[in-house]
Amino acid sequence: MPRRTDIHSICLIGSGPIVIGQAAEFDYAGCQALKVLREDGYRTIVVNSNPATIMTDPGFADRTYLEPLDLEGVSSVLRRERPDALLPTMGGGTALNLARELDGSGILDELGIELIGANIDAINRAEDRELFKHTVEGCGLKVPTSRIVTSVDDLVGVSLPAVVRPAFTLGGHGGGFADTPEQLRNQVERGLSESPISQVLVEESVRGWDEFELEVVRDTSDNVVIVCSIENLDPMGVHTGDSVTVAPQMTLPDEAYQELRNAAIAVIRAVGVDTGGSNIQFARDR
Amino acid sequence: MSAMLVLEDGATFSGTSVGAAGFAFGEAVFTTSMSGYQEVATDPSFEGQLVCFTAPMVGNYGVATERSESRRPHARAVLMREARGPQWTDWLHEHGVVGLTGVDTRSLVLHLRDQGSMRAAVVTGDEDSPDEVLAAVREQPAMAGAALVAGVSTKEQYTFAADGAVRVAVVDYGCKRSILRRLAANGAAVDVFPHDVDADTVATYDGVLLSPGPGDPAPLTAEATVVQELLGRTPVLGVCLGHQLLAVATGHGTFKLPFGHRGANHPVLDRRTNKVLVTSQNHGFAVAADDHRSVTHSSLYDDTVEGLDYPDLRARSAQFHPEASPGPHDAASIIGDWVEGLKAVA
Repeated sequence: MPRRTDIHSICLIGSGPIVIGQAAEFDYAGCQALKVLREDGYRTIVVNSNPATIMTDPGFADRTYLEPLDLEGVSSVLRRERPDALLPTMGGGTALNLARELDGSGILDELGIELIGANIDAINRAEDRELFKHTVEGCGLKVPTSRIVTSVDDLVGVSLPAVVRPAFTLGGHGGGFADTPEQLRNQVERGLSESPISQVLVEESVRGWDEFELEVVRDTSDNVVIVCSIENLDPMGVHTGDSVTVAPQMTLPDEAYQELRNAAIAVIRAVGVDTGGSNIQFARDR
Repeated sequence: MSAMLVLEDGATFSGTSVGAAGFAFGEAVFTTSMSGYQEVATDPSFEGQLVCFTAPMVGNYGVATERSESRRPHARAVLMREARGPQWTDWLHEHGVVGLTGVDTRSLVLHLRDQGSMRAAVVTGDEDSPDEVLAAVREQPAMAGAALVAGVSTKEQYTFAADGAVRVAVVDYGCKRSILRRLAANGAAVDVFPHDVDADTVATYDGVLLSPGPGDPAPLTAEATVVQELLGRTPVLGVCLGHQLLAVATGHGTFKLPFGHRGANHPVLDRRTNKVLVTSQNHGFAVAADDHRSVTHSSLYDDTVEGLDYPDLRARSAQFHPEASPGPHDAASIIGDWVEGLKAVA
């Protein structure tokens, strides 16, 4: 991929505190990105609220800001530094959601800052569960039946067991399983209060299915590479962050593995991740 | 039962026999495909070879008849870090394939990568001394110069798919079933011919696919002559050995690669679009290109020729395996597009 000559300075958003779903891999990804961007002669600016990361050590970026990862904190950095581009794809869900907020506030347009790595539509397709569902179904893949719920009054006819996923929370925070109507009501109440937009997805449960992950990288020429396959020894229902995993996958026949590979490629293209990696997780009923 | 692998340079590797008892001579090679062990063992292109898997465990998901790429195994032995049974190891037993587990496959692969693929023997039991085995290995013929297609080709013509929008003849130099399946799935009627079919017989078809196969293309002068006679009369698609025969027929030389390309993750550049295909590969020889205008694909590992196109002759080819099995489907459209092209003029 050739170097872009129309941008000169790039601001990278870190992932903040280490939590399940956003662990040290994002610090590593950010460090590597800063190294490569500096080697290519770009002026780099990093914002991260976590001073215990390597990326905030002296020497990784031209300017380092230890600021809260919120609209106000990052906006002030952008106003001061006036970068040409903002790179939100190295900081996990924190950075992606912050990019949506920044875009919504109008500051990126105002300062003429381009989102690179993924545009706002791609971020929305990846982070918004309903959009993601439509995108995935558009690739001919199946997703668990589900409905968007904004009130505990929307639960009539939900089949159990179900899983409750609050919108825009990290690592599934505030979500959980429900086997009975009472549990469902409690989970949804909790999820609505955890979600910054008071929205949850109530979804058919695939607990107990096999879980596989593919690490996928795409570039602006639409080349896609599968970095590796990962097999979770613990089934769906045990969070990936708690699950023992093996790479590469060791129990799928080639034809089944290629089906996942083709699906992962279709998803990364449909979501529209232009540069960089994605972790795509599959549940598979054996 | 203990077992050992003896390479022609005198290196030995120990293991435990989990397949058929006895000994197997062949060329020691390695494949980096992480899945598809049964497809590998039954791929005729592995005829006369002792195949080391870099995959750390082999056999986890058992065996299934529909995964066999031909009627019988062609790898003479499989060398594994950890074989998993019982289905896979029973299958090795039943089919007479020598199998070793507990082999230090990392060292073996590094050795083959540095020293090149070489003649070798696997011996089960402890009756033979390494020196005796080594002496026997050094009496075996080398892979360079080996004409192996007659031993794996069909003896009789047969029909794989009777109905289709176009009629395709496949010349079987050691064809994989998944090539026939892909042709049929794309709407072609498929007849399969022995390796020594004459040009007139297949020239009447809407297209001819030159199949993959084992061994060195250089001694296959009769087959290359038939390809030469065929060019221009009907569209031709060469795959793997078929690609090499097309190259020979159009005046290219071939040469032996030091340790070959075998695996399911070989990046290939499509020079026309600058796109990268991740491909399934299995070849020990390659085409020497003096005429780069005809080269459509090249390996991003060693820049060797991976595809040719002769529009005037309506002939094209791929060194890699668009049919995959095992491996990625990135290049599947090569077969599909070719059949569509035949339909357009049929």
